[in-house]
Amino acid sequence: MTDLYATQRAMRSMRNAALQRGVIAILDVGSSKIACLILRFDGPDHFRESDGIGTLAGQSSFRVIGAATTRSRGVRFGEIDAMAETERAIRTAVQAAQKMADVRVDHVIAALSGGGPRSYGLAGEVDLMDSTVHEHDVGRVLAACDVPDIGRGREPLHAQPVNFSLDHRTGLGDPRGQIGNKLAVDLHLLAVDTAVLENLLVCLKRCDLELAGLASSAYVSGISALVEDEQELGAACIDMGGGTTGLSIFIKKHMIYADSVRLGGDHVTLDIAKGLQVPLSTAERIKTLHGGVVATGMDDREMIEIGGDSGDWDRDRRTVSRAELIGIMRPRVEEILEEVRSCLDAAGFEHLPSQQIVLTGGASQIPGLDRLAPKILGQQVRIGRPLRVQGLPQAATGAAFASVVGLCLFAAHPQDEWWDFEIPSERNSARSFRRAVKWFKENW
Amino acid sequence: MQPVNVPPRRDPAPSRLAYRAHRIWLRPMVRRFVKKGLPLLAVLGLVGWWFAQDANREMLSDKYAAIRSDIENRPEFRVNLMAIDGASDSISADIREIVPLDFPVSSFALDLEGIRDRIAELDAVRDVDVRIRSGGVLQIEITERVPAAVWRVGRDLELLDGQGHRVAVLASRLERPDLPLLAGAGAQDAVPEALALLQAASPVKARIRGLVRIGERRWDLILDRNQRIMLPENGAVSALEQAMALEQAQDVMARDISVLDMRIPSRPTVRMTPQAVENMRQIKADRHGADR
Repeated sequence: MTDLYATQRAMRSMRNAALQRGVIAILDVGSSKIACLILRFDGPDHFRESDGIGTLAGQSSFRVIGAATTRSRGVRFGEIDAMAETERAIRTAVQAAQKMADVRVDHVIAALSGGGPRSYGLAGEVDLMDSTVHEHDVGRVLAACDVPDIGRGREPLHAQPVNFSLDHRTGLGDPRGQIGNKLAVDLHLLAVDTAVLENLLVCLKRCDLELAGLASSAYVSGISALVEDEQELGAACIDMGGGTTGLSIFIKKHMIYADSVRLGGDHVTLDIAKGLQVPLSTAERIKTLHGGVVATGMDDREMIEIGGDSGDWDRDRRTVSRAELIGIMRPRVEEILEEVRSCLDAAGFEHLPSQQIVLTGGASQIPGLDRLAPKILGQQVRIGRPLRVQGLPQAATGAAFASVVGLCLFAAHPQDEWWDFEIPSERNSARSFRRAVKWFKENW
Repeated sequence: MQPVNVPPRRDPAPSRLAYRAHRIWLRPMVRRFVKKGLPLLAVLGLVGWWFAQDANREMLSDKYAAIRSDIENRPEFRVNLMAIDGASDSISADIREIVPLDFPVSSFALDLEGIRDRIAELDAVRDVDVRIRSGGVLQIEITERVPAAVWRVGRDLELLDGQGHRVAVLASRLERPDLPLLAGAGAQDAVPEALALLQAASPVKARIRGLVRIGERRWDLILDRNQRIMLPENGAVSALEQAMALEQAQDVMARDISVLDMRIPSRPTVRMTPQAVENMRQIKADRHGADR
């Protein structure tokens, strides 16, 4: 645990170093595409005087100066499957973005969608030494949380304090300086597979990049696709990606739950390829050009040329009606949404005051999804597009870039996590004392 | 598993090397060095290598000298003759002697300052202006000193101008009978005063022989019949005017006296000639014969 604390703190200091240099790269390693943005920071609080606090969601301090997307290779379900391939894909994206920005980047903030994220709710309680809450008290109460068994080979990716309670008062955003006797905290911990993380780290290291931060892509697409009051009142963001569908629930501007379904747009493509007996690239093209999930009478008559280059005339001239295509796609999309629904149910989403659901990600662009989704997820569903970020090219403003844009916001203003607070000193000192004793024993 | 060493076709990914090279290239220092430093170094190196060879350096200096002499010898810069204005023949002959130039000569080779200084050293030249006129003429404009007096030094005669500067040596007094004669050591330092005295002595102009500087401090005016007017050191002109007033009133100088002493202006003193003294005694004796 302390190891993790150290690595996360190292990443934070790396991020600060990157902000000092003013250039940082954003890398989203997804199953269908790898996107790289390069942000230029004008220095922290550069526009603070003129903007006041929080205007433009605090993102006026950076602008995107380089953007590149490449087809993802060697990534399945948001996890690295063939490392050399992935490395090449990352190199492609990073080099193109660097070329566009005409600047070299050394620090990268990455998002990953796979790794089977699981949420844990932690609670900690501590008696205050004097009646005022200090910074180290927050660290103490965070350290007092009893860590659940997150399983072997798993590691926390996020550990965010979502709620502070002081005596009988709860729902405090920032308890520092307040008067009380007993401080309690609710911590949201998101754990992912260590192996997945490490694969990504190795990949980035092989690209000569230093990791300045890691985030779950479900979380960051929630940051960018949910508007502020949705985050405040309670909403779920469903990031329908290529290999996985991420799910994050926000309330009071904190993520309280995240999960992912290992189903995504690639499975729809696969179904089409199987059902129509076409290669995957053709299936992808048919899906994006003609796909849909709600059939109408018109669709029976709209014939789609499947094509092919087998040399067999009969095979190469096949056509299907759009209704058939929809017939293939719809069950799979329904399955994805059903899975998401069951995840939401498991998370207790129905207890939230507001049950807004926002669909985003590349697969959310299927025509007709806005009519299919309410049947499964409930009435409050909308298709979300990411926030507009300064300097982002038009090609990268679609729903498929929700997690990239969210990662930009995360890079600019990361939420306080457990490792942002000082570890309580008594723990530290006890250990170092023990180490000193041990050293004496060994040497005399 | 995929085949390990066969890269997929149509993969746009840069190779590891290309990626690294691009990243190195994106460093500002590297880029500046390659774009500016390397060309500069290359040029400097080439130039240095070229100059390192003696033959090249020699060729360059020869070339430079050739071009330079080419330009200097162009007809536009050639000076063909020397024109001397405002000088008498003897002085211009002197000038031609001390400025020996064999024309045509390039204007770059002429040292105008030096020529000017050399000409200005001539006694007879008060002011000189040397320049190269268009048309290849070395124009020398001379302002001569005007002789104002003749000064006798021992056996030699010299011409002095109004300021007492020597103009020329005179062979004979008869060459310039129009100029007054000065004599005595130190006379050249008081020429303006001498001229003023001569001006003041206009009533006896016809009788003036000259002025003698006595003891390098005061003047004596010499008239014919060996008469002499001794003037004081200070206020000589006013003393002389006083003497002239005496002359005009009483015809002093026409009398038989040898010296009119004005050294104390308030008490003019007359020295008679021995003959006059004898005469006066004779006259007195005649008048008072009984007294003998």
